[in-house]
Amino acid sequence: MIWTKKQRDKTQDLMQKSGDAGRSLMDDAIERFRRNKAAMGSVYVLIIITLLSVFIPMLWPHGIEDMSWEYISSPPSWGAFHLFGTDGNGRDLFVRVMYGGRVSLTIGVMTTVVALIIGVTYGTVAGYLGGRVDGFMMRIVDIMYAMPLLFLIILLVTVAGPNIYLVFLGIGAVEWLTMARIVRGQTMSVKRKEYVESAVAIGLTTPRIIRRYIVPNVIGPVIVFVTLLIPTNIIVESYLSFLGLGVQEPLTSWGLLISQGATQINTAPWLLVFPATFLAITMFCFNFIGDGLRDALDPRER
Amino acid sequence: MIRYIIDRLMGAIPTFLVIITGAFFLMRLAPGGPFDDLADLPPEVLANINQAYNLDKPLLTQYVLFMKNAVTGNLGPSFSYQDYSVSELLAIGLPVSIKLGLTALTIAVIIGAIVGILAALRKNTAFDYTIMGAAMTGVAVPNFVIAPILMLIFGIYLKILPISGWNDGALNHMVLPVTALAIPKIAIIARLMRGNMLEILRSDYIRTARAKGMRESVVITRHALKAAILPLVSYLGPAIAAIMTGSVVIEMIFGLPGVGRYFVYGAINRDYPLVMGIVVFYATAIILLNLLVDILYGVLDPRVRQEKTP
Repeated sequence: MIWTKKQRDKTQDLMQKSGDAGRSLMDDAIERFRRNKAAMGSVYVLIIITLLSVFIPMLWPHGIEDMSWEYISSPPSWGAFHLFGTDGNGRDLFVRVMYGGRVSLTIGVMTTVVALIIGVTYGTVAGYLGGRVDGFMMRIVDIMYAMPLLFLIILLVTVAGPNIYLVFLGIGAVEWLTMARIVRGQTMSVKRKEYVESAVAIGLTTPRIIRRYIVPNVIGPVIVFVTLLIPTNIIVESYLSFLGLGVQEPLTSWGLLISQGATQINTAPWLLVFPATFLAITMFCFNFIGDGLRDALDPRER
Repeated sequence: MIRYIIDRLMGAIPTFLVIITGAFFLMRLAPGGPFDDLADLPPEVLANINQAYNLDKPLLTQYVLFMKNAVTGNLGPSFSYQDYSVSELLAIGLPVSIKLGLTALTIAVIIGAIVGILAALRKNTAFDYTIMGAAMTGVAVPNFVIAPILMLIFGIYLKILPISGWNDGALNHMVLPVTALAIPKIAIIARLMRGNMLEILRSDYIRTARAKGMRESVVITRHALKAAILPLVSYLGPAIAAIMTGSVVIEMIFGLPGVGRYFVYGAINRDYPLVMGIVVFYATAIILLNLLVDILYGVLDPRVRQEKTP
């Protein structure tokens, strides 16, 4: 790698600061991530959005279902604390967008956790066991890959009725496939390492080896994928809510708000603009963070 | 090569069976029947209806009947659209969905590929940053947000394009839905192509080509482009699937009489045969398209077909 003088000085400076201690690959990665302004900015913006969506619904003078008859479909104004205006029922849009953020972010994270658990378990088991088991398990993944996933989720949600937990499970249950493939590939290379061999030699059980030695060492690429899966899942939830199959009133989510706003775009454009803006900003942030993490973990790309 | 194709074909059959079976049983597990709205009918009439649609038979018999009919292309009558069979509804909806999807995909591939390659060739210039910024926006803003905004600008403020309806695929009716459907795909393809192109421009054989003094334009058109297009081909399979599912929302927003709209209405009304029929049809289409893409990939890239398929 060709370093500019500035970079070399900075690194030497850092090495001195850390008392010339050895720097692990992880420290390098963190340092690279810190230098990525877009990614760090996104982290802060996401933290702000999260805090707003957690605390605003508790602190704001209007509740999410409070209707005020004087303000039906009124445009944004400072006067009555309707910063984003109100909807056709006189409900304050600002607090609803924040509350919708709670639901959307929660669904994004929860579905990703579901996908993460299934995908990592499945991928490590298939990759570690190898052979026929692997062939069979990955065949199943191939089969599921060929399905129209959104249709599958719609099917699932129709079957059990619109239920927010089912939306979690449904999305998570179909979005783990790519995760499983990534993890399997990583596992195949990790399992040939000496430390795994030594773990086998001292007689550890297979589940324990997978848990203690395989999973922690395949997690790098998984983290990158997770940051890209969260926004995908938020969008999937929005699709469902948009079609009336996801989150139901009186709960709300960005997708539901957008779908309600889209019908009144002619008369009350703010109903679409504000939730859509928040959704888009969140998407941007996750994408920048994902890109930043990938660059940080895989410096070859730079 | 023939072995490779047969291999792929054999892989597709179980996929197909699993999809039909899964969809069938999932739909039947659903609480509430398709005729719940008619609950105040006399029980004898209800029994007759159930008999007419085979709903009184054991589940397994229904399944066998369904499979038998499906193979011959008979997907049964629709429950919610009376006097229509599922095949007839598909025949009405498909031309719309296909025309919409293919137009959008073609436009997305052409624009996305060109823009992505240009961005890679002008890496780290203002042009590159603008294009990639725009592409990021395309990825971040879902098409159900883009669609109403397009409607507002072109349909309501400028009044130059109709905001809904199909009108037998008249050009002016297609512009907005196709644009809304294509924008996210353009963004994804542009990012994909830029990444591919950058990676290839760093590879050894490009360095060799340059080292022997080849003109840069020839290096790019003859050596780099060919290799950069390849991953795009393998992206086409999933992209077609995504366009199909993405068009569900677009069809709803623009009120187009496509398959996606039937699917959503069918799902909401528990119209088993309709939903099943559409899932089976789309799954088949996607499997066949993936197969086609796989084969095409094998033709284009000799390394793939020599590798033993898993």
